[in-house]
Amino acid sequence: MSAAMKPASTEAALTMSGAEVVLRALKDNGVEVIFGYPGGAVLPIYDAIFQQNAIRHILVRHEQAAVHAAEGYARSTGKVGCVLVTSGPGATNAVTGLVDALLDSIPIVCLTGQVPTHLIGNDAFQEADTTGITRPATKHNYLVKKSEDLARVVHEAFYVAKSGRPGPVVIDLPKDILINKAPYTDAPKTEHRSYRPQTEPDAEQIHKAVALLKAAKKPVIYSGGGVINAGPEASRLLNDFVHMTGFPVTNTLMGLGAFPAEDPLFLGMLGMHGTYEANLAMHGCDVMLNIGARFDDRVTGRLNAFSPDSKKIHADIDPSSINKNVPVDVPIVGDAGRVLAALIAAWKADGEAQDKPALAAWWRQIDEWRAKDCLRYRQEGKIIKPQHAVKRLYEITKELGRETFITTEVGQHQMWAAQYFGFQKPNRWMTSGGLGTMGYGLPSAMGVQIAHPDALVIDIAGEASILMNIQEMGTLAQYRLPVKVFILNNEYMGMVRQWQELLHGGRYSESYSAALPDFVKLAESFHAKGIRVTDAADLDAGIREMLAHPGPVIADIAVAKDENCFPMIPSGAAHNEMILGPDQEGGVAGVTDEGKVLV
Amino acid sequence: MSEAGNAQRAATIAVLVENEAGVLARVIGLFSGRGYNIDSLTVAPVDETGRISRITVVTSGTEMVIEQIKAQLDRLVPVHKVSDLTLEGPHLVRELALIKVVGRGEERVEALRLADAFRARVVDATTESFVFEMTGAAEKIDAFCALMRPIGLAEVSRTGAVAIARGPRGLT
Repeated sequence: MSAAMKPASTEAALTMSGAEVVLRALKDNGVEVIFGYPGGAVLPIYDAIFQQNAIRHILVRHEQAAVHAAEGYARSTGKVGCVLVTSGPGATNAVTGLVDALLDSIPIVCLTGQVPTHLIGNDAFQEADTTGITRPATKHNYLVKKSEDLARVVHEAFYVAKSGRPGPVVIDLPKDILINKAPYTDAPKTEHRSYRPQTEPDAEQIHKAVALLKAAKKPVIYSGGGVINAGPEASRLLNDFVHMTGFPVTNTLMGLGAFPAEDPLFLGMLGMHGTYEANLAMHGCDVMLNIGARFDDRVTGRLNAFSPDSKKIHADIDPSSINKNVPVDVPIVGDAGRVLAALIAAWKADGEAQDKPALAAWWRQIDEWRAKDCLRYRQEGKIIKPQHAVKRLYEITKELGRETFITTEVGQHQMWAAQYFGFQKPNRWMTSGGLGTMGYGLPSAMGVQIAHPDALVIDIAGEASILMNIQEMGTLAQYRLPVKVFILNNEYMGMVRQWQELLHGGRYSESYSAALPDFVKLAESFHAKGIRVTDAADLDAGIREMLAHPGPVIADIAVAKDENCFPMIPSGAAHNEMILGPDQEGGVAGVTDEGKVLV
Repeated sequence: MSEAGNAQRAATIAVLVENEAGVLARVIGLFSGRGYNIDSLTVAPVDETGRISRITVVTSGTEMVIEQIKAQLDRLVPVHKVSDLTLEGPHLVRELALIKVVGRGEERVEALRLADAFRARVVDATTESFVFEMTGAAEKIDAFCALMRPIGLAEVSRTGAVAIARGPRGLT
């Protein structure tokens, strides 16, 4: 087409550089904040960022942290998190964060710089095959090779990241594409050519599910991160449905907050470190309703002994999650919120009565299990029990009544946080569930604090994990983010130590946290406040001091070094083979080699 | 799980995909990353504009694994449609092979005689070699290659299976 024949609108649109088109497309997709780190290949975007005010850029200290920060932002707001990193090492550093977001289904759009198109494949400086490397690390990725594709690809990336089962999307942007003029086009009004996930559940399947649930004598509802991802309305509907049916409900690690922890119908978290009552209810139920969870190995324990006598209903937005690990009787494909709305409508419309006496008997059984009080611990003397530290943190924040968000690193402290910090609302709990990424909590807390500047944001951490992204203390200082880092310091990679104690003859191979920094001085060197608590009598005062401080704080809480996280379903064991604590006879002596190979 | 649940079966799966860069790598990466078998895989554009490609993949596994493979393929963003031809009914499977046989004298005569019986066409000939072209089911090509081996089978190039459902029903 000759220049004279081009339509005027395109002509006018060609006044923008590729970088400007990218920023405009981000803005049109609702982006307000972008977490990133500059470098040669993305300089054109940084130049465009410098010349506008619509999008705020948060400079992190490491690209992995940029992705985790965007995850924290996304999980606490329900929006898409946005990341900008350079080519080569910028992109490869982001990979851990991308896989983390993939496994936990967090919507992220990550822009990566790339060497100019004519150098791709030449082993140029800071060149990496980013789309090749991130293909299994993302829900989808793009390499933009033509300026006219730029705007469309950005729009499509946001659609893919947030629709269906959410996930991370990478857009690889060669530098020449960013510098050359490019046309801007609005987001298409038409459906995507090939990606159209099903959100509305099949009515027939809903009826089958309700029929099973109405007739259930020993039902249990097991909900996961899908309910959180479906938005706060889905959590409200879950609450309605649970109260309408009177059924017991348990949440996965990812699903905590979807149902209020203090509600009497809540059994607590299930799975490897879940409560006795939740796991035995899963084992003994006759009808299981799974909404937005994926029968993960942390949840099921030994598969061939998982909930052997139940009919299983599984609602998931991702058809590949259904029948992957556990064969189910009633599969339902759809958005968790839509499924719950449909279940509620069908439950009301169904004329059958519930088996109330059977349900009452089932609750009596559950209450017997509850009476074991599986999360009890004894706080005696000066040494602080880690469980007690989390419990007091929970009670004191509750007393303060501030909007509170919790992030965690990965390990024992994470499980104690899940067990002892009660979540009443969705989107208040950010933890790396699927990938189990140490170093997730601090950058994630940054992202949460950016999204909720006036809220209380606490990273419950371990002394080993926190060192994996400790450089982000610099980001906290730069943006005056008052994140509180609450370290349960037992001087061990606690979960590794626990497994070595229970499964490897107490040979603590490389799990001792030697040569730890002085966390108080470390905090001070990053312009933050440092607190160290070593005596149980000072714990409350330490927590209050941390919470009262207007800026970032590291609170280093010295806790019992050899405390183990219980209850525990040892690897390769079934739900009804869980161990409750150190006093229990037999312990994990029965773990087979088959069990030992599992992680 | 029941015994039936552990039974393996083969599946010929047709996948219509957006013909974009990296789409084949996505499909192959899915199989290798999740530990599924690929017995054969073919791909080529099939619509008039060249925007849609058809991948035919032959795989095997338990019923649960094959259902997983289809669900995993279907959730790839550039995938339009996934169809399990084996499950859906009568279908045709064909493969094309080019087979080089080297030999002299009586062996050449025998090679030609067998090729005739198998309806293989001679597409190249020298005084000491033939290249045969044949299409058919994989087993037929296997059988032909086995017969040619003692005669002087030198080289084989095969496309892998392409497949289509019988009857008027289409996959779009």
